[in-house]
Amino acid sequence: MRKILVILSLFIAFSSCNLKIISQEKVVVEKLANVKINFIDYDDLELLLNKNNNKTYVINFWATWCKPCVDELPAFEELYKNYKSKNVEVILVSLDLKKQVETRLIPFIQKHKLQPKVVLMVDPDQNTWIPKVSSEWSGAIPATIIYNKNRRKFFEQSFTYNELENELTNIIKTK
Amino acid sequence: MKTIKISFVLIVFTIITALGLKNTLDGYKIGDNATNFSLKNIDNKMVSMSNYPDAKGFIIIFTCNTCPYSVAYEDRIIALDKKYKEKGYPVIAINPNNPAVKKGDDFSNMQKRAKDKGFTFPYLFDDGQKIYPQYGATRTPHVFLLNKENENLLVEYIGAIDNNSQDADEVTEKYVENAVEALLSGKKPTLKTTKAIGCSIKK
Repeated sequence: MRKILVILSLFIAFSSCNLKIISQEKVVVEKLANVKINFIDYDDLELLLNKNNNKTYVINFWATWCKPCVDELPAFEELYKNYKSKNVEVILVSLDLKKQVETRLIPFIQKHKLQPKVVLMVDPDQNTWIPKVSSEWSGAIPATIIYNKNRRKFFEQSFTYNELENELTNIIKTK
Repeated sequence: MKTIKISFVLIVFTIITALGLKNTLDGYKIGDNATNFSLKNIDNKMVSMSNYPDAKGFIIIFTCNTCPYSVAYEDRIIALDKKYKEKGYPVIAINPNNPAVKKGDDFSNMQKRAKDKGFTFPYLFDDGQKIYPQYGATRTPHVFLLNKENENLLVEYIGAIDNNSQDADEVTEKYVENAVEALLSGKKPTLKTTKAIGCSIKK
């Protein structure tokens, strides 16, 4: 069942009085800064974790408030950049609080110019969905799954770029 | 022959140490006897579970000032304490974070947070981070419900406070309350462990 709870599209702009004096050029820049976040529940996540195609997926669970997660994000961005033309998808599943999307998550994505796709996991029943993601997962983040149709591996740890690339290539190599 | 004996002793010693370490890393399981502690409270007094001779048990919650999930649960932790202190299960909150890593979790910020929110329970600092690894707390908030049996403090529930961290109004299952109610009626909790997203403990 494909059910997107809410698609939030937020246009970051200055207050309305500032907008009146904004130049044409400025408006274009603001539109480019448009950030879309899909809200997903467990059904959506399950689809995301079980795609049966020729791609390899790197799914990272993180949050803006999680320091080790933020520290390892550059590794995921670099992986995204280096492998996006090589049949690899990098998806960042945020576990930020729903009410902090506008105040924290979107400003964070803009500030760091995050390129990989970001989705927000909003399913509140964590005790049910955490074990379904992986029986090995305590619920601590960062956590990462790398999988393709042949193989899957779960990690409850932080990554450096080299470690991450190493795990990815191991999984791609496996037939 | 002597060398063999020494090697044997060394090997046994290594195995025992390794097993010991593993136990510490894994933390408590349901039914384990939890360690007592003596940690500094925000009023500068030391608090230990032996200060509560009349308690039937304890709701130990590893939590902190800075984690949004901990903050989201503050009012619910106060409510738990108010509801169960008189029934014999007081809340004791412990901040396990290393303030050198997370400045917002230092002792003066703990005092400030407790005052601002009006904490009704002790809020202790795990100085040197010696207690949380023994319990096996991995995140904040992380609850360990203890029940006194003879001289022991048996772990009866480990996990989250309820099934909706984001919104107290949307909670449909109060894990800790259900577990305490079970103990109060002389039963064991039906749901003994739960998993939840939380902030990792800052080492």
